[in-house]
Amino acid sequence: MGKKAKRQLMFGNEAVARGAWEAGCTVATAYPGTPATEINEFCAIYPEIDAEWSVNEKVALESGIGAAFAGARTLVSMKQVGVNVAADALFSLAYAGVNAGLVIVTADEPGLHSSQNEQDNRFYAKFAQVPMLEPSDSQEAKDLVAVAFEISEKHDTPVFLRLTTRVCHSRCAVTLGERREVPRRPYVKNSDKYAMVPSHAYKRHFDLEKRQTMLEAVAETFEGNRLEMRSLEYGVVTSGISYMNVREALPDFSTLKITMTYPVPHQLIRNFASQVNKLYVIEENRPFLEEEILALGIPVEGKQQLLRVGELPASALRRRILHKESRQKHAVEGLPKRPPQFCPGCLHRGIFYLLGRKKLIVTGDIGCYGLACLPPYDAMDTLIDMGAGISMAHGFDKVVEDGERVVGVVGDSTFFHSGMTGVASAVFNRGVSTWVIIDNRITAMTGHQPDPASGYGIDRLPAPRLDIETVCRALGVKRVQRVDAFDLEAMSELLDAETAAKEPSVIIVEGPCVFVDRASRSDAWEVDQAACVRCKSCFRLGCPAITIEDDEVRVVAEMCWGCGLCAQVCPRKAIKRGPDKVGERASPRALDEESGA
Amino acid sequence: MTEKTEARPAANVLLVGVGGQGIVLASQVLARLAFDAGLDAKQNEVHGLSQRGGSVTGHVRWGREVFTPVIMEGEAHFLLALEELEALRWAHFVRPDGLVVADSRHIAPASVTAGGEQYPEDIPGRLREFAETLSVPGYQIALEMGVPRAANVVLLGALSTRVPGFSAGEWKAAVSAHVPEKFLDVNLAAFDRGRESADR
Repeated sequence: MGKKAKRQLMFGNEAVARGAWEAGCTVATAYPGTPATEINEFCAIYPEIDAEWSVNEKVALESGIGAAFAGARTLVSMKQVGVNVAADALFSLAYAGVNAGLVIVTADEPGLHSSQNEQDNRFYAKFAQVPMLEPSDSQEAKDLVAVAFEISEKHDTPVFLRLTTRVCHSRCAVTLGERREVPRRPYVKNSDKYAMVPSHAYKRHFDLEKRQTMLEAVAETFEGNRLEMRSLEYGVVTSGISYMNVREALPDFSTLKITMTYPVPHQLIRNFASQVNKLYVIEENRPFLEEEILALGIPVEGKQQLLRVGELPASALRRRILHKESRQKHAVEGLPKRPPQFCPGCLHRGIFYLLGRKKLIVTGDIGCYGLACLPPYDAMDTLIDMGAGISMAHGFDKVVEDGERVVGVVGDSTFFHSGMTGVASAVFNRGVSTWVIIDNRITAMTGHQPDPASGYGIDRLPAPRLDIETVCRALGVKRVQRVDAFDLEAMSELLDAETAAKEPSVIIVEGPCVFVDRASRSDAWEVDQAACVRCKSCFRLGCPAITIEDDEVRVVAEMCWGCGLCAQVCPRKAIKRGPDKVGERASPRALDEESGA
Repeated sequence: MTEKTEARPAANVLLVGVGGQGIVLASQVLARLAFDAGLDAKQNEVHGLSQRGGSVTGHVRWGREVFTPVIMEGEAHFLLALEELEALRWAHFVRPDGLVVADSRHIAPASVTAGGEQYPEDIPGRLREFAETLSVPGYQIALEMGVPRAANVVLLGALSTRVPGFSAGEWKAAVSAHVPEKFLDVNLAAFDRGRESADR
């Protein structure tokens, strides 16, 4: 057998990329989104994989479809809400099928650690009739990528790989394999299969239903669907991370681990159900498997006991299934909360301070700046989905009356994702909206992935930079202004002038993300205690570096980024930075250490 | 997980702190320590928005066979806290016969500095209602050494004196595997200072 296979600890997302590489994948596309982001970042490390950040998930999937039709094994990854954006392509793709294998990773977020909803994308598999595989740990995640490519090519279908946050972001041991080169499959023109005009699609729909019947049979004997008999009293049908939680909390229960979540293996479930006295189904969020089991006429307990909201950790199973409490006391209640905050030196702080102070109606968007809807800013009225900051402002503007001023806010990555189309639509429809585009030239929240504003690609090599001002002018906005994110007076004047204008206008607020531009740091500010009257005006900035100790307002030097917003809002001019301090850099703050994700 | 009287007994370690303090790195060191010793190890960490100065946790579990990467309430053998309020927030995860190793550092959240809430008093005393508690001035030590960012490694040093089954050399190898070479010496020194602080 030769030397022993190498084993190492691997992140779920890293294992997916490794699995794609081993399976001969040559193209990877994605738009960043927690918890999926690192899949594509790890893909980009392999020289054999041509990985890129697309501007949104629809573009990522369409590019991926092109690559797969052209004959390359292709991996497209996205977070759960990304599939909504890509869904238009998905449903017709299910009709067309593939040429070389195409695997779509959906990373779902029960518990919404960093998401706007908990949607359960298993329903997309059923809805679009696309098979879905679901790993429980990193090893299985790696192995299932190769299996997914094989199913994809054998059955001429895209295949979903569904992860959830705890699989994406857990490290466990993985046995590494070698890469298998898969030659390009020749592309042969075949518009009956690849061009979904009604007459073609009608025929392909028959093919899809035929494939569906075949895949239902495949699911029954799929190796990953594993029956493990222990107790004959209790049995659990489960999948994904829930399998691990069941094994932990209910070690004596028999299990049917469903690894091919769609199509659901009905016969296998019947067989398992007949061997145990009492059947449970344990799954996070929606009762997806439960509905399938109930439809078979099999009595099963699931969501009567278990919440549909949030995760179902082993603790919850111990409490709700075994009715056993923790051996420890309850959590301490009433402790001060610690929500995430804008970093010291963040470019979002000043503009949202102003938007909140001016009592504007702010239609917001997805990004770190979602924090602006929380105190002390209270500066964001709405947050629905990507691009909505632009389009919703236009909708508000149709309805509001004089005295109600509306501003739509997006970031640079979001603008390119789906903000541009909203601008085009509003301009065309004689809109009058004011839009603030906060441009730090990076996709910050997900861990600093480059976007079209960055000037470099996923490989960090130079790439064309799209200038947001030029784009907005090309989309027909005549009033476009740029302003420094740390100049409160200039931003304030612009907000007043542009919201008063009766035509579309764009304010581009420019500044760096502190994680990306470490050189933007300058000397720390200090509070002159003799001048400070403790009015706490500076606290409205919500800066973690400003604190109060022994009734003295202080700037914590090791955290201060030197942005100077606090000095601008202080009515007594008590926050100072003397020339004697120049050159005396504070020690790098703790935030250096982890550069987000 | 069944308790076994082995040379390297199974353990669950919950790491808590404030986003940016180095919870992820400390979690990786612990998972590496167990994995390199031939144990099954799993580690879970938080990514995305919560890292921006919010309350952050890292779970590490090892043993002969580990299923879930997430520790059950009341089942952590060790609670390693880089900040006191966070120790108290997650205290219900530690086993009554477990150990809390907590940095005495306070980082006031915005709800205290700007929101008018009170930072809790006598946290070590309240932690002792949950389990034995070792209070370590990890951040203070790291500050004195001129590397405030190494407070997490000081705490690992303190923890290492109480986790059965691994030699100091094995601990240092795990630390070395996860800190940049440029900062290796200072981190190993921080680790030693942590060990000393726990011995006192």
